[in-house]
Order: sequence, then C-alpha cells, then structure tokens
Amino acid sequence: MKSIGGITDSIRRGETTARAGVAAALDAAEKLNEQLNAFLEIDRQGALQRADQIDALDQADKAGLPLAGAAIAIKDNICVRGMQTSCGSRILGPYHAPYNATVIERLLAAGVIILGKTNCDEFAMGSSNENSAFGAVRNPWDTSRVPGGSSGGSAAAVAAGIVPVALGSDTGGSVRQPASLCGVIGLKPTYGRVSRYGLVAFGSSLDQIGVFACQAGDVAAILQSIAGRDEHDATSADVAVPDYAAELSKEVKGLRLGVSRALLGEGLSDEVRGAIEKAIAAYRELGVDIVDLELPHAKYAIAVYYVIATAEASSNLARYDGVRYGFRAEEAPALRDMYRRTRDEGFGAEVKRRVMLGTYVLSAGYYDAYYLKAQKVRMLIRQDFASAFARCDAILTPTAPTPAFLFGEKVNDPLAMYLNDIYTVTANLAGIPGISVPCGLSSEGLPIGLQLLGPNWSEALLLRLAHAYQQQNPLGARPRIHA
Amino acid sequence: MPITESDIEKIAQLAHLEITEDERQMFAPQIAEIVAYVEQLNEADTSAIEPALGGLTPEGGQTESTREDKVQPSLGQKLALEQAPDAASGHFRVPKVLG
Repeated sequence: MKSIGGITDSIRRGETTARAGVAAALDAAEKLNEQLNAFLEIDRQGALQRADQIDALDQADKAGLPLAGAAIAIKDNICVRGMQTSCGSRILGPYHAPYNATVIERLLAAGVIILGKTNCDEFAMGSSNENSAFGAVRNPWDTSRVPGGSSGGSAAAVAAGIVPVALGSDTGGSVRQPASLCGVIGLKPTYGRVSRYGLVAFGSSLDQIGVFACQAGDVAAILQSIAGRDEHDATSADVAVPDYAAELSKEVKGLRLGVSRALLGEGLSDEVRGAIEKAIAAYRELGVDIVDLELPHAKYAIAVYYVIATAEASSNLARYDGVRYGFRAEEAPALRDMYRRTRDEGFGAEVKRRVMLGTYVLSAGYYDAYYLKAQKVRMLIRQDFASAFARCDAILTPTAPTPAFLFGEKVNDPLAMYLNDIYTVTANLAGIPGISVPCGLSSEGLPIGLQLLGPNWSEALLLRLAHAYQQQNPLGARPRIHA
Repeated sequence: MPITESDIEKIAQLAHLEITEDERQMFAPQIAEIVAYVEQLNEADTSAIEPALGGLTPEGGQTESTREDKVQPSLGQKLALEQAPDAASGHFRVPKVLG
C-alpha cells in the first residue's frame, strides 16, 4: 500500500484521481468485510461524492490539502455527521451523529475521505472484539483468532490494506494492543494531545483518540492534522504541535531506551520475550543506549485501571436510558422500569459487568477504599515514569503478553482478559504517549508488537524511534487476507 | 470482602440495570474475583500521596477543573429531538414517572 504522501502526490500530479483510489478501497472493504467483519458501515456514496469534490479542485487548492484524497476508516465510537455511531452496542439503536467530532472536522479540512465506520468492542470495553453486539472482527492473519480490541476493526482494516490509516480510541490499550495483534503501528497520544470532543466517552480521564497505519510517516501525517488545543474539550492541552514529519528522520543514535527486566518475566510468552530481546538488540545496532530501570508500581496498574475505568464508565454510561436517543425497550409501565429494561436489553454482558463494578466502587462506604485509593496509586505510577524519564528518553516493553489468541479462549474469564492490558494501561494511567510497532512474527506466523512509551508530549520522539526501527527491520510479510 | 448475589441485585438497582437470575449467578463470583484482585492496592503506601485527578497541563501538572460559564451555540431543539425514541410537542415523552 502506498503511503499517504504517495497517494496525495500522485493525485496532485494528475497520475491518478481521488475517485480511483477510493473506489478501489471501497471494493476491497466490501469484499473483505465478508471475512473480516471490520466495517459496520461503508459509505460508498458519500466517499465517492467527496472524492469527486477533491478531484474537481484546482491544482492550488489540492496543494493546500495535506491529506488530499487519503482514505481513512473511523472507529464507530467517533462521531461523523450523518453516519451511524453505534459504539458496537445495541443501545444506540439507529443513532446517527448530528455533528462531527473535532478530529473529523480537522481531517476533512485536510482533505481525507471517510470510507466508513469500524467495528469495536461495545463501548470500547474489551481486548478481543468479542464484545461487539454485531459480531467480532476477525484477524486478517488468521481468521480463527481475535484482532485484539477494542479498536479491532480499525486495526484489521489497515492490516488488510483496505485503508492506509484509521482512527481508534485507547482507554487502556485499545489502539496499541490490536495494532500489535494485527501487525500494524498504533499510537496513543499524550492525554490532552488530541481533542476528545465527539469521541463517545468511556473512561474520561483515560480516553484518547489514536492512529493506526503501516508506516510511521502516515501516523505522523494524521497526528499533524488532529493534534492541538480545542475549545470543545477542556482537557485538550495548549501545547505547540511540532512538525512530526520533519522530526521523523532525525537520528536516534545516542538516545537512551529504558528496559524493565521485571516486565519481561512471568506471564509473558517465550515467543514475545524472544522478539523483544531481538528488538532491544536491533536498537543497540542503531546506536541507542539501553538503560535498565524499574517501575516499582507497574504491578498495580491493572487493579488501578479496573477501578478507575469502571467508575468513570458507570457514570458516563448512565446517559443511555432510552429517553433522548437510541434504543428504548417497549411497553414499560413506568419510567424506572423503562430505564432498567432499556439498559438490560441494550447492553451486553461486559458492559453490564463493568457498569456494576464501577457502581460498586463508587457506592457509599467504598469510595475511599477503592476509587480514591486507586487514584493515589495512579499518582505513584505517574511518579515512577517521571523518575524513569530522568534516566532515559523512552521505555521499551512488549505491547501484549501473547500474539493473537483464539476466539473463545478468554471470553469466560474476565480477569484473564483484563491481564492482556498489563503493558498498555500504565500509559493511560500516567497520561503519557505510547506506540506499538510490529517487531516480528511468531512461529505460527502471527505478528508481535513492541511498545515504546515516552514522556508527555513526546510523540515526535516515539515516531522517530518507530521509524528508525522499521527502516532497518521491516515486518516483511503481510496477512493472508489482504486487498 | 465476599460479594453475594443479593449484593449484585442491589448494585444492579443502583446502576438501573435489570439482570436475570443467570446473570446474577454469573456476575457474583466474577465481580468478587475482580474486587479481590483490586484489594492488592492496599499493599501500596499512599499516606503521603495526593490523588491523580484532572487533565495534564503542558508541564504535566493538573488542569483547572472549572472554566468560564459562557453561553455557546448548541444543537437546537429540532436537531436535539430528531433522534428521540418518543418525541412529542417539542419534548421527550417518557412513561409515567410516579407508579
């Protein structure tokens, strides 16, 4: 697949049209969706119409659009005006967003073409896509395996070569973990780097919109358009947005990469450990210094996460009550019955489990013991990273403990499923950015990802480290199911 | 702390969820297991630690939790009601509130 730069250049030079590129992407999306179930909505008419608009622009106007004609897939929890936003849930019923998320406004202004909305775990709660109310996405490398979650549809669409880039959201690893399992790059920016306006809220202090692509340069191009302060999101930060493309090819020699040996121990599959050891050696080859360090409180991350994320979810999901939009259960005699039946019929098991857990930890008598305690341990985790980044520029870990697992393998054991997020949740708790980069294949031919974590606002550095690694160590294989 | 099926019923009521007998039986041990796992946080000494609330400032500190209260344009009544399951006379209609 061509890079975004390659696509926009050939459109500008008149070698191809936006329509030709988008028509091919639509054909691939429709054909491969039978096997992958990656898209919940494919907007053929809208995408072609938009392509024609771009093709009709004069040369100067095209040159003014940095992403002219680039096709993109959007996770179905980010609002695009006129398209569905289901969040992988039945409770939103026929809901179609009446407004655009800020990231969508910015991408459209830069010239992208939205191909469709991608499947995900219900309300972004899951690590396998098995919690989607519309059936799981299948991994393009092996359709008997999960694509990861929750942004599995976006990861699969990029891995299968349908689109060069896609947006997802990452609350505890929901961009990085599926990126790892599908063999693509996935970036979760710093909390506040990208506006959350128009992203359906799950865990508001953790949620961040992220980017999938095969190449670091494409992630940089998308981030360039979506990053920066937005008045509609009070937590979006007023921090200067660097020129990510210019930073990309700077040297990595002399940078210091931290490695925690404790994180490479128990619970990690031998194949992933082997791939990570090789990646460490590859960075040494690039002139990067490897620094041993510890994150003493990282072991508490899953426990902290499942208190804070569920507490925030129970509060955020209270709005789905059958009154203002979406699905309403029929024939309830009174208001309270209508609420309860709507939520019973509208939510799946994992959402109910998390809403109940969140309600429990916030309920009278337990708030201090669970929620406040978790927020304090979260501060300890933040402090661990602050001390670590005094000694290194970024930290390297695995992204997920195993390659893609089989459907059904963990679905009846919530805690085992949650432990999938062990390497990724710390970044959301600390607010720092993280990126997953493909670093080889298992003996069964399944992709493995390495994760790089950096200090706040260090996306340019992470992309540079990812780019340098990929230049020397390309994955060199593509999934069985590919456009 | 053991979590019983009757605790689950109480939590479901607080969360406005109607759950079936089967779900109650499934959730009770699962939620008990997760809560038991969470109890390990008690090992961590947080006596001198402030909770990590709020967003990140450019320097990594906590953002302000309030903003100026300004009137802004919004969706408007027509658009806001367009997707309501039951809209009537410019309002959201719901089943009777008092039983």
